[in-house]
Amino acid sequence: MSVLVFIEADNGVIKKSSLEAVTYGSKVGDVVAVAMGSIDASELASVGKYGASKVLHCSDERLNDGVISATAKLIAEAVNQSGADLVVMSRSSLVDAVAARVAIKVGASVVANVQDLPDTSNGFVVKRGVFTGKAFANVSIPEGKKVLTVSKNVVPLEETGSDAVVEELSVAFADSDFGVKRISVHKQDGDILLPEADRVVSAGRGMKGPENWQMIEDLASTLGAATACSKPVSDMDWRPHHEHVGQTGIKVAPQLYIAVGISGAIQHLAGVNSSKVIVAINKDPEAPFFKAADYGVVGDAFEVVPKLIEAIKNNQN
Amino acid sequence: MKILVCISHVPDTTTKIKFADNKLDTNGVQFIIGPYDDFALARAVEIKEKEGGTVTVLNVGLADTEPSIRKALAIGADDAVRINAEPVDSLFVAKQIVEYAKSQDYDMILMGRESSDYNSGLVHGLVGELMDWPSIAPTMRLDIDGSTAKLHREIEGGHEEVEVAMPFVAGCQEPIAEWKIPNMRGIMMARKKPLQVVEPVAVEGVTTYQSFELPEEKGDCKMVDAGQMDELVGLLKNEARVL
Ligand SMILES: Cc1cc2nc3c(=O)[nH]c(=O)nc-3n(C[C@H](O)[C@H](O)[C@H](O)COP(=O)(O)OP(=O)(O)OC[C@H]3O[C@@H](n4cnc5c(N)ncnc54)[C@H](O)[C@@H]3O)c2cc1C
Repeated sequence: MSVLVFIEADNGVIKKSSLEAVTYGSKVGDVVAVAMGSIDASELASVGKYGASKVLHCSDERLNDGVISATAKLIAEAVNQSGADLVVMSRSSLVDAVAARVAIKVGASVVANVQDLPDTSNGFVVKRGVFTGKAFANVSIPEGKKVLTVSKNVVPLEETGSDAVVEELSVAFADSDFGVKRISVHKQDGDILLPEADRVVSAGRGMKGPENWQMIEDLASTLGAATACSKPVSDMDWRPHHEHVGQTGIKVAPQLYIAVGISGAIQHLAGVNSSKVIVAINKDPEAPFFKAADYGVVGDAFEVVPKLIEAIKNNQN
Repeated sequence: MKILVCISHVPDTTTKIKFADNKLDTNGVQFIIGPYDDFALARAVEIKEKEGGTVTVLNVGLADTEPSIRKALAIGADDAVRINAEPVDSLFVAKQIVEYAKSQDYDMILMGRESSDYNSGLVHGLVGELMDWPSIAPTMRLDIDGSTAKLHREIEGGHEEVEVAMPFVAGCQEPIAEWKIPNMRGIMMARKKPLQVVEPVAVEGVTTYQSFELPEEKGDCKMVDAGQMDELVGLLKNEARVL
């Protein structure tokens, strides 16, 4: 099967989740990757290590803005040029918005939020998350072209090959492809991006107020983790909205999720229950989070967290 | 301003999910308007109140979804359309919406960023592409400025502000509007508002939900004494292998 993988970069560096998508694709067929905007040739070529033989690159700088319609057009053009039967994309705020448009452009079926490699023993069946993480569905996709958006951590990264060939892909964009104009971006640079993070330290209303977050940031920086919060915390403006995880917030799937002073309401768990290992710290032994966690500490966060930071530091020395 | 709001009819968030005969077991399940769709509807009603115009609410579903549709009318939609079909997948739903919408003259189509049952988050993009309109999701803010709209779209680690000419499609989420709860007057008025039932069009190339599974049960949570953080670090390192 001929596979096209869309790879996204952040500040010119290809995202780890995109490289996972390349590994995913290489387990299903022969991979060509497509990338856009300002990325160095050497960075693009390195995608070959994860199984892509070629990278089609559209260097048009207007694509740096991540415009939904134009990105969809680029990917559709790459499908036509590479003759791909299957398009694989790792989920992101852009991919989630683009995948459907790509499917219509190339006449493909599309399945989002895929959790495993496809089963091709009888047709093409993928497992996907439904009911906000409370169940999975096995979905059979009809014959013909297919577009999949794949969750993080579905396959581990595998280095198998060497550098890929990089080719410029030119696309005849129309003005209407850039009809949505970006006016400004509000983003904290330098931080570990929450949806991409392998470790997340999250805190809830149990922290009592925004002035107590230094302790949470200290724990996060000791671990090299991103920070997150529960919904009431962002509703009260203790923390920015983009840190709110859960059913109505960001969905994360890190290796390690530490929840401090969060009760573990079902809507919160919906966004974090795909984490590999969950640690809950809560002063209430009956907190529902202990039912979803792998490790639990019953205690006052203001005493436990500083001790945890110290223990991690001792361990690193 | 002529606005179409598409709503899903989904199990209440706290529902414990069970399956019977390879379908959701709806026994004892309370259904609600999709929580993200609720925000789209609330914003549409606010825009109508400020700019004038109409809000039509549309649902693809069988007759059992009518309580959700009536609730949307009680919240402030002017009229409703139900496409009389059981939703099969995102493409099926999108094609029904487009078939109806293309005969009208909407300035915008709003809906949630995803439904909270199948969570595909594809319908806004599919509708946008099929209408040949821009689509913007996840939309956290939407303001009208003459014939253009200013929107905030969530991106990794923040948000971006974009501008687009009407018409467009937006997949919405918090904090786009104040959540609206219907009042008595709204509920009384909703009974008299028109609800049109339209037969579906045939759609080819849909996917098939073959079977469902529940996630594996978590093992017991291992409790660590609050004074023994070295022990927790040891477990995370040697047992869980995440440090
Ligand atoms: C439609 C809908 C969607 C929702 N979506 C989301 C969502 O996406 N994300 C989300 O998070 N929530 C969501 N919620 C809200 C959710 O139901 C809970 O209200 C929320 O998660 C509670 O946040 P919390 O645990 O921080 O606060 P609380 O429920 O107030 O819990 C605070 C916890 O901190 C503990 N605590 C207090 N002091 C200390 C201390 N000193 N040390 C240690 N522990 C302490 C308490 O024992 C308690 O367990 C949603 C709700 C609805 C209805």
